Amino acid sequence: MKRYWGFVVKEFYHIFRDFRTLLILFGIPVAQILIFGFVVSNEIRNIKISILDLSGDEITQKVSSKILAGEYFELHSYLSGYDQIESTFRTGNVKEVIIFEPGFSQNLGKTGKASLRIVSDASDANTGRLIATYTEGIVMSYVRESMDETANIPFTIESRPRMFFNQGMKGVYMFVPGTMAMILMLISALMTSISITREKEMGTMEVLLASPLKPVQIIFGKVTPYIGLAFVNAIIILILSYFVFKLPINGSMLLLLLETILYITLALSLGIFISTVAKNQQMAMFISMLALLLPTILLSGFIFPIENMPKILQWLSVIMPPRWFIVILKNIMLKGTGILFVWKETLILLGMTVVFIGLSVKRFKIRLE
Amino acid sequence: MENPENIIVVKNLVKRYGDFTANDNLCFEVRKGEIFGFLGANGAGKTTAIRILCGLSYPTSGKINVAGFDAYTQRELIKRNIGYMSQKFSLYDDLTIAENIRFYAGIYGLSQKVIKSRTNQLLHRLGMEEIRNRLIRDVPLGWKQKLAFSVAIFHNPAVVFLDEPTGGVDPVTRRQFWEMINEAAEEGITVFVTTHYMDEAEYCDRVSIMVDGKIAALDTPQNLKKSYKTSDMNGVFLTLARGE
Repeated sequence: MKRYWGFVVKEFYHIFRDFRTLLILFGIPVAQILIFGFVVSNEIRNIKISILDLSGDEITQKVSSKILAGEYFELHSYLSGYDQIESTFRTGNVKEVIIFEPGFSQNLGKTGKASLRIVSDASDANTGRLIATYTEGIVMSYVRESMDETANIPFTIESRPRMFFNQGMKGVYMFVPGTMAMILMLISALMTSISITREKEMGTMEVLLASPLKPVQIIFGKVTPYIGLAFVNAIIILILSYFVFKLPINGSMLLLLLETILYITLALSLGIFISTVAKNQQMAMFISMLALLLPTILLSGFIFPIENMPKILQWLSVIMPPRWFIVILKNIMLKGTGILFVWKETLILLGMTVVFIGLSVKRFKIRLE
Repeated sequence: MENPENIIVVKNLVKRYGDFTANDNLCFEVRKGEIFGFLGANGAGKTTAIRILCGLSYPTSGKINVAGFDAYTQRELIKRNIGYMSQKFSLYDDLTIAENIRFYAGIYGLSQKVIKSRTNQLLHRLGMEEIRNRLIRDVPLGWKQKLAFSVAIFHNPAVVFLDEPTGGVDPVTRRQFWEMINEAAEEGITVFVTTHYMDEAEYCDRVSIMVDGKIAALDTPQNLKKSYKTSDMNGVFLTLARGE
């Protein structure tokens, strides 16, 4: 036990004396979560629009100001004719133009129907559709409110889509769990594989193996600090997402942390496995990046929905640990469900951990031959 | 072990990697307290043999006994009773001198008290008291080498294995290093050392020379020189290596 602690202390010296290691350990996670949260999110915010109001009456102005009231849209310009629409889009700043037909409120008064056209820039198809949906939603809510006031026009059907668990269609809600899964995987696997291969490169691993320490003790001694640090990282990510992105944690905090520890252990065992395969630090880094980072981003359902993938890739995604962890995270954090809803995913992660630890121990022994 | 004076007994040691035989039927004994030189060209199988003796690798067949323990069944006990210094000097660059000593002593299970007093003694003897808190990466190579050796014998092992311990070091430092090896041998530690440098072979009590996985000669340097009729070990070595 004492030997083990000596080992852990030594490992902490390595970590805290190397500026680069510290940067990777703590700088990257914070930067990543902020970048993904703020920039890459597909959330609608401060979209520039132009309005072509051919009617210019009280109601069109009310609708306009209603659209511009929230944080979703801001006014770029008022247009005066159809011919300006295309040139406005050409500038690239304006993502949407709203057109009120002439005599808008008169038509509404006479027939109970008025036409409003939403033209959005679909060069980015997803955003285009999203913007249009948002605008539609706002207009509908205006219609509903004014109906409540007057109460004499028959209620019409509301078509606003409602997103479960993500009512504001907030991108961050999707990105934070994914980013967390990615960061923990990367940090844990990358750092352990690098630190073990470094000992191999420096020749110290040989001396350690020639000492009375058992290989298992060496591995545990090396991995322990990273479990602690990765856990601290997970906490930092959770705090950031809670306070900066207002991401709720609806489920049990304890369960969330336990699942996180399980996932970290899995990532570390992957790191150990990589280090038994890689001959030097460069190779360890290369394998971690190529075999872990890219699949995590592409196949875990983090960015691209798994249901939309070709069948082969869907099968591949099954062996991606982050895929299951993301499901667990979303369940616990957003839906607030308990272990009853995530036991299957938990079991899968547990199984993967056992397999990789087993493989690593076996490979470690072969290497001794 | 038949003779209690023998600390290492190797009988018919064979190590094969697939079709390649790295160690072909090695037989030798190392006596307690002697400096045993293990010579050979690169690729002759020295490192393979030393790794097996240290418990870093399994032999394919043969009987091996180190410090009274069997290399197949009592590897843990062997490891407790040996020291090992690799060619890379294997200290941690980002740890200080004192931290390196404490770490390596710690994994051999020495108590804090013993570690502390022996560390002070050691640093005093090496004249490194003033730089005990300096990082290894800022320490000159020669000092690093001495320190690596001192760390390898810090726990008073019965045998210490040195795998090319003088690589890349200047002649003066090598000379000083051999003085340290002599001191350790006088204190009763058996030294098993591999080297390329034939002048170093002269410092050994007995020398074995490996050629192509076999032991081609094993005797004291004087006897070897006599029987091969040359004035230095280099001659012996060249005769053997060409003799193939």
